[in-house]
Amino acid sequence: MKDTTTENRQLKISVLRYNPQVPGDRPRLQTYDLEEAAGMTLFIALNEIREKQDPSLQFDFVCRAGICGSCGMMINGRPGLACRTLTMNLGPEITLAPLPVFELIGDLSVNTGKWMRAMSERLETWVHMKQQEVDLTRIEERMEPQLAEEIYLLDRCIECGCCIAGCGTARMREAFVGAVGLNKIARFRLDPRDGRTDEDYYELIGDDDGVFGCMSLLGCHDVCPKNLPLQTRIAFLRRKMVAVGLK
Amino acid sequence: MKIVYTDVLVIGGGLAGLRTAVAAKRRGHDTIILSLVPAKRSHSKAAQGGMQASLANVTKGRGDNEDVHFEDTVRGSDWGADQEVVRMFVDTAPKAVRELAGWGVPWSRVGRGDREVVINGQKVTITERDEAHGTLAQRDFGGTKKWRTCYVSDGTGHAMITAVADRAIAEQIPVHERTEALALIHDAGRCYGAVVRNLITGELAAYVAKATAIATGGAGRLYRVTTNAVICEGMGHAIALETGVAALGNMEAVQFHPTGIFPAGILVTEGCRGDGGLLKDADGNRFMPDYEPERKELASRDVVSRRMEEHIAKGRGAKSRFGDHLWLDVTLLGEQHIKQNLREVYEICHYFLGVDPVREWIPVRPAQHYTMGGLRTRPNGESPTLKGLFAAGEAACWDIHGFNRLGGNSVAETVVSGMIVGEFIADFCDKAENDLNVPIGLVRDLVDSERAKLDAMLEGSGAEDATELKVRMQNIMTDKVGIFRRGEDLKSAVEALQQLVERSRSIGVHYKATGANPELVTAYRTQKMLKLALAIAHGAATRTESRGAHYREDYPRRNDAEWLKRTLATWRSDADTLPQLAYEALDVTKMELPPGWRGYGERDYVDHPDTAARAAEVEKIRRRGGDRYAIQQALMPFVHLLPERFRGRNERFDEPKAAGR
Repeated sequence: MKDTTTENRQLKISVLRYNPQVPGDRPRLQTYDLEEAAGMTLFIALNEIREKQDPSLQFDFVCRAGICGSCGMMINGRPGLACRTLTMNLGPEITLAPLPVFELIGDLSVNTGKWMRAMSERLETWVHMKQQEVDLTRIEERMEPQLAEEIYLLDRCIECGCCIAGCGTARMREAFVGAVGLNKIARFRLDPRDGRTDEDYYELIGDDDGVFGCMSLLGCHDVCPKNLPLQTRIAFLRRKMVAVGLK
Repeated sequence: MKIVYTDVLVIGGGLAGLRTAVAAKRRGHDTIILSLVPAKRSHSKAAQGGMQASLANVTKGRGDNEDVHFEDTVRGSDWGADQEVVRMFVDTAPKAVRELAGWGVPWSRVGRGDREVVINGQKVTITERDEAHGTLAQRDFGGTKKWRTCYVSDGTGHAMITAVADRAIAEQIPVHERTEALALIHDAGRCYGAVVRNLITGELAAYVAKATAIATGGAGRLYRVTTNAVICEGMGHAIALETGVAALGNMEAVQFHPTGIFPAGILVTEGCRGDGGLLKDADGNRFMPDYEPERKELASRDVVSRRMEEHIAKGRGAKSRFGDHLWLDVTLLGEQHIKQNLREVYEICHYFLGVDPVREWIPVRPAQHYTMGGLRTRPNGESPTLKGLFAAGEAACWDIHGFNRLGGNSVAETVVSGMIVGEFIADFCDKAENDLNVPIGLVRDLVDSERAKLDAMLEGSGAEDATELKVRMQNIMTDKVGIFRRGEDLKSAVEALQQLVERSRSIGVHYKATGANPELVTAYRTQKMLKLALAIAHGAATRTESRGAHYREDYPRRNDAEWLKRTLATWRSDADTLPQLAYEALDVTKMELPPGWRGYGERDYVDHPDTAARAAEVEKIRRRGGDRYAIQQALMPFVHLLPERFRGRNERFDEPKAAGR
C-alpha cells in the first residue's frame, strides 16, 4: 500500500449500461465521477458508485480476492478480473463493459455460470472413474507428486470467461468450447484416475466446435488471469486429436 | 404462484451443499440446489491451506490417528464442542479426503527421501518413507499435534469445489443459480421448503420439499473487516432464526483469523505459518514465542489473534495511514516454495499490495474469519425443533468447533457433514411418514407475505437507508463485539443494534425495479443481518466468561462451573428486538476428554463440579488397557451414530487394514 501525499486523482468511469429486463431500455455509456483512494480496486470503485451514486448499477463480485472468477469484465477493452485491478494502474478515464459472448444479465453482469454448466455437461468435465465407488477405508492410490502438481496447474482455471471474451472463434461459433473447455480436457487427459481414452476425447472435441476451431490467435493465453499455459496445452491437445483423426 | 416440488432442497451451493446433494441424489431422491452465485464461485473456494484428516502419511504425521485429531479438535474448541459429533467427524475425515482423491482432487503428494523444511525458524531435513511415496501429503497447521492438513498447493478449497461441483454435474443435480431463499415454509414444527426469489427477474416461487438443508456458509459480512466473500451475509442462519422455532447455537463464537492482509482483510493462509512463516512486529522482532512458548505462531487462531492485538495495543505494531498492523515474514521459505506451495498468497500480495512476499514482509492484522455458530442440529444434522430442516457446514452448529475452530477443520467439515447429513436426509426421505402433505394455502400465504414485505420497501413511505444501517452495524460489531469484549461495550452494542432493528423496519428503497435490484437485496438482507448481529452481541453480553474465541476482558477465565453450555438463540416474534436465549448444558460425565488446559493460551479456568470425577473415571478406563478402539468405545461410544457405510476403520501405514470394522 503506497502512501501518497499528492492530491487524489479524479476518475471518470464509463460503464456500458443495458438492462434487458427493462422494456425499451437501450445500451448506453454512462460516466461516473469518482475520487480515487489509496489501494482502490475496481471492486471498491464500483461499490462506491452503487452506494453513493447509482443503486441500479449491476455487477458481480464474490470473493473480491481474484480467486472465484465472478468479476470478469472488459476493462478498457481487455478482459480481466475487476476485483484485483488497481485503479492506480489505469489512466484517469476507465471504460468498463460486460464480457461479450455470454448472456447479458444487466450492465456488467453476465451469465457465465449458465455457459460454464452447459460446457461442463457437454464435455463431461469430471473424472470418469474406473470404479464407481472408492473404497473409503483403504490407503489411497498413489500418484507421482510431479503429476499431481501438473494436474493442479491446469485445475487452477476459475471459469471466469476471460478466455472466451478474448477468443476470435468464440465470436463466430456459438458452440465453440473455448480455451476453458479445451483446458479441462487437457486436465482430464493427464489424470490417470480418468478412464477415458483419446478416442473418447476426440468424440467430444474433435471438430470445429472443439480443438480444430481454434485459430491460434491465442487471445485466451494473453488474457488468462491465472496465466494457465493455454498456448502449449491447446497445441498439444490438437496434435493428439489429429493423431486420432488420422487413424 | 409458481411451485417447484422436489424431494430435497439444498440451500447453498458451496462444498457442504454440493456434497449433501450428491449424497441425497445418489440415494435416489430428486435434489435441487439453490445458490446465490454459480456453485464454483462459492466461498468454499477461498479455503487455501487445507483439510484435516489423520492419514499419517508424512513422517511428521506418524502416530496420528482419530484419537489425536479428536483431542486437538476438542482442545481447540475450548471444550465447547459436542464430543460425540467430533468423533463422527474425525472418523469420517480420512474417508472424505480419500473419496475426493478418487473424484479427481489433485492433492499434493508425498515425495520419498529427504527434503528441507522450515520449523521454528530453522531449516530442518525431513526424510519421507519409501512406502508413502505418492500418497497424500500433510502439512503443519495451528493447534495440531501432528502434521495432518492435506492440501492442494494453497488452492485446496478451489480444487475441492471444482471436483465436487463437477461431481454434482455428473450426477445431474440442477443448481438454480442466482436464486435466494427469503423464508422457510414451515408449520407446526415441520419444514416444507422455502420461498425463493430469482435475483435476475425478481420472481418469487415456492420450492416445496420433503427435506430442506441449509448450507449457506458463514456471516462474516456482519463485520467491517472480514476475510469472507461478499455473499457471506448469514442468510441461511437468518431464515432459520426467523422461523421462531429453530434455534441458532453459540452465535457469540466468532473466529478472527490472524493473517488478513492489511487493510483489505483478504486471507493469506495459515499454511504460511504452518510451512514456517513468522509473525514480526514494527521492530522486526518475532514476538509470538514470548507469549506462547509451546506453540508460538502455531497456537490456535483465537490465541494467536489475541496475542497479535495485545502486541499492537502495547504500541509494537507497524504504523500506516490506515492504522497499525504486524508483519508476516515468509521470505525464509524461499522463492521456489512460495511460488509453488503458496502461489495464491504470492498472487494476492502482488495484485492487492504490490508486495513481493519472496523478498518483502506482508502487512497483516486479524480479521473476522469464521462463524462457529449456526443452526443447532442433532448428530444427524436435523434441527431438534423443526422437523425436516437440516444443516451442514459453516451454517450449522453440529457442533465440532465449539468456541474455536482449528484451521483445516472447516473444509473438512463441509464434505464430512455433507456425506453424513446427506445420508440421513436420504433416510428421512425414504420414510413414508415423511411424505409431503403440505397445505397449499400455507404455501400461498407465505409467498404472499414475502411479496408484501418487498412491496412495502419498494412502494412504502419508509425513509431509512439500508446501506447506512448496515455500515453502522458493521462498525458496532467490529468495534464492540470483536476480539476483545467488555460488558459495557457489549451492552451499548446491544442497545444500538436494537435501535437499528427498529429503524430497519422503515427502510425505503430508491430504485424501484422489481427485477434485478441490488438496493432491494441490500435492504432485505440488512433487516436479517441485524437479527444475527443481535444474536451474537446479546449472546456475548450474557456469557460472562472467556472461552475460545469469545474473550471477555472483564471475565478472562473460562468458567466450566457456570458456562459449560451451548447458547441457543430463537427469535420468537417479528415485533421483538432481541432474540431469546436458552442454554443447553454439556454433560461432563459423558465426555471422552474432560475439560482441562488446552496446551496453549491461558492456564486459568474454573472447573466444572463433575470434572474431577469424570477425569478419574476416564483414567481408570484407560488403565484397564486394550487396543485404542476398545478404550475409545468404553469411554464414549459413537459408531452407532454414523451412517452404516461410513463405519469402517481407516487404514494407515502403521495401522494396516485388518478384518472387522
